[in-house]
Amino acid sequence: MKLSGWGRYPVADCTVTAPRTPEALSEARKSGPLIARGNGRAYGDSAMNEDSTVSMRHFNRFIAFDHTTGQLTAEAGVLLGDVIDAFLPRGWFPAVTPGTKFVTLGGMAAADVHGKNHHLDGGFGNTIDWLDIMGPDGTVTRCSREENAELFDWTIGGMGLTGVILRMAIRLRRVETGWILQHAHPAPNLAAAMEAFEAAPDAPYSVAWIDCLSTGEHLGRFIVMLGEHAPLDRLPNRFRQVPFGPPPGRNRTVPFNLPGFALNRWTVRAFNAAYYRMGLRNAGTSYVPWDTYFYPLDGILGWNRIYGRRGFLQFQCVLPDDTARAGLKALLTTIAETGQGSFLAVLKKMGPEGGRFSFPMPGYTLALDFPVSDKVLELMEQLDRITLDHGGRFYLAKDARLTAHMLHATDPRAGAFAAMRRETGADTGFASMQSERLGL
Amino acid sequence: MSAGPVLILGARSDIGMAIARAYAADGHAIQLAARNADTLEPERNDIALRHGTDVTLHELDALDYDSHDAFLDSLPALPDIAVCTVGYMGEQSENEADMQAARLVMRSNFEGPTNLLALLANRFETRGSGTLIGISSVAGDRGRATNYVYGSAKAGFTAFLSGLRNRLAKKGVHVMTVKPGFVATKMTDGMDLPEKLTADPDKLACSVLRAAKRRRNIIYVKPVWWLVMLIIRNIPEAIFKKLSI
Ligand SMILES: Cc1cc2nc3c(=O)[nH]c(=O)nc-3n(C[C@H](O)[C@H](O)[C@H](O)COP(=O)(O)OP(=O)(O)OC[C@H]3O[C@@H](n4cnc5c(N)ncnc54)[C@H](O)[C@@H]3O)c2cc1C
Ligand SMILES: NC(=O)c1ccc[n+]([C@@H]2O[C@H](COP(=O)([O-])OP(=O)(O)OC[C@H]3O[C@@H](n4cnc5c(N)ncnc54)[C@H](OP(=O)(O)O)[C@@H]3O)[C@@H](O)[C@H]2O)c1
Repeated sequence: MKLSGWGRYPVADCTVTAPRTPEALSEARKSGPLIARGNGRAYGDSAMNEDSTVSMRHFNRFIAFDHTTGQLTAEAGVLLGDVIDAFLPRGWFPAVTPGTKFVTLGGMAAADVHGKNHHLDGGFGNTIDWLDIMGPDGTVTRCSREENAELFDWTIGGMGLTGVILRMAIRLRRVETGWILQHAHPAPNLAAAMEAFEAAPDAPYSVAWIDCLSTGEHLGRFIVMLGEHAPLDRLPNRFRQVPFGPPPGRNRTVPFNLPGFALNRWTVRAFNAAYYRMGLRNAGTSYVPWDTYFYPLDGILGWNRIYGRRGFLQFQCVLPDDTARAGLKALLTTIAETGQGSFLAVLKKMGPEGGRFSFPMPGYTLALDFPVSDKVLELMEQLDRITLDHGGRFYLAKDARLTAHMLHATDPRAGAFAAMRRETGADTGFASMQSERLGL
Repeated sequence: MSAGPVLILGARSDIGMAIARAYAADGHAIQLAARNADTLEPERNDIALRHGTDVTLHELDALDYDSHDAFLDSLPALPDIAVCTVGYMGEQSENEADMQAARLVMRSNFEGPTNLLALLANRFETRGSGTLIGISSVAGDRGRATNYVYGSAKAGFTAFLSGLRNRLAKKGVHVMTVKPGFVATKMTDGMDLPEKLTADPDKLACSVLRAAKRRRNIIYVKPVWWLVMLIIRNIPEAIFKKLSI
């Protein structure tokens, strides 16, 4: 069947199976290298293999929950949204969450996803106690920081290339309410935005939205948003009856592909300007329900279709602290000059490294969406080179087009990762279009 | 929990499991009845963990008619709602050639399900309340060359449900007929189904729940199927017999 990642680029005809048992999964393994697929929220071809893509959707059962420690044991195909539905009403929330709840636990582990709390808590890998992984020979190995630690470290951030995660134990965090106390600060330019991050190292959550079409002294207007779980006793009375927030509203669906021209520099500029003004109006402190705060886009199912038929690309890199300012400036200037406004651009400060091949490192990560076009593909190459020059690296969960050369030049760990795959035989069992393209 | 128990007959089915999850999310205790019921322990555990509700497993062979009364007696409580998802499609070509195969399809879709619902109906009638939900199929709306053995059994099941509804309408017992079109489940794994006409079991379960609350009588799960079947039912037989659909 025709398959793609969330960015709908690239599209390929892939053979997809959906085994229901570990035995059936092991059978699928016999017909050649395969790649596990969670909920297909990686943007590019990470979860695509033309010969054998294995959907984990039937591995979706909760196994155990410990009410004293908040440890949840579940199969890898469980959706994060289902975890929230089940446990937020009992006072537990994911300890790390990406910007969408429509991801699987397996996909979160494989990408070692980061949330708005990465600067304090690190990636999703930090919340995992153990994983059960089916390796290239079909045996299932339990691994953790103590047991088979090597396999554990390579699997977190290993993009499905060390094996198929079957089940895992993760820690949830206790929360008193489902409300987030948000503080929004408009920042007129990059320097001010970075200062705002540096001034708030203890804010539990932080992220900045960028208007990247403004140039010159306004190069990137920002709204820096800090947040924390609101304790019950600080919740305004009117919210106290619903401490875990209103149930998420009905999802709206984008029913068709908007024509590509609907999204051009003028509409994006208008959108960004409006968003910035809204940010100014809402500046200050407010109470926001968890789903609007963490998953603003999940309310519009299929929003990836607004980018038209050719799909879209996301560029996401991280730059180390010492070069971040210069690098970000170069990236934003280049983008503003080409007039390729990004609908969705975010900046975030990151904390320590996670798994052996995980994306994050201390510094700043910048993420931007662009509709696919020849001009944009060229722009992305320019951005790649700027990242390379500033000692940064790329997030594979967002990548659809990087070259093997660029990956290996920016990330010496890629070579070690590939070598590990050869030594353990993982390369004979697992491969994705991305791993082939990137020489992993 | 205030909401009464829901019994799922043929609970291993993807549709049955989806309906069980939907009712559990709504606060109902769940009784899962199936062959080899103990193998459903992971599902039992999953639903109990997610929704914090009581979930029990019960051994049931829909074709072992004599065991059905004892089976109902063994339930922790007479359910408020019983949903029958038992069904078996078989292979049409085999059903044409081998009468034993055909009989199994007929018994699995008609005799077994009706035997169970008939016994439940009597108990519900005595109590004066309850909802019976039968998962039939659009295949029962008109016999077609490609699956008339299965279709005819479903047609019988549909007629049985409508009669039961008529009988119990004044007795406080509601009977709902569900006629799914294509649903992506084990039964249809590997078939090339048209995306626009295919329902997902969880969406189907939501529709069933909503419709049962509103005491609907007959539902087509994707509304478009109502139209499709209206057309199919109204093609004159002289023309219909020459079509291959
Ligand atoms: C709107 C949006 C916002 C996002 N925000 C963030 C964010 O804030 N932070 C962030 O870090 N990411 C973010 N992402 C990216 C997303 O979190 C990751 O791509 C995640 O991996 C997707 O999970 P999935 O279940 O959809 O996996 P897929 O996309 O299906 O697969 C992703 C990778 O995981 C592997 N995988 C999946 N399941 C298994 C398994 N059971 N065993 C082994 N490998 C497996 C696949 O092989 C593949 O390499 C965002 C994505 C979207 C669409
Ligand atoms: N999928 C579709 O497109 C579709 C469309 C219209 C109607 N339907 C109907 O929907 C219902 C559910 O089907 P499904 O799609 O979920 O397929 P399914 O997974 O094959 O479900 C059928 C279930 O019936 C059970 N069953 C069969 N004979 C039984 C018996 N003698 N005793 C106990 N249980 C028995 C099976 O149990 P085991 O697991 O033990 O075999 C199986 O779990 C069926 O009635 C089907 O006809 C399906």
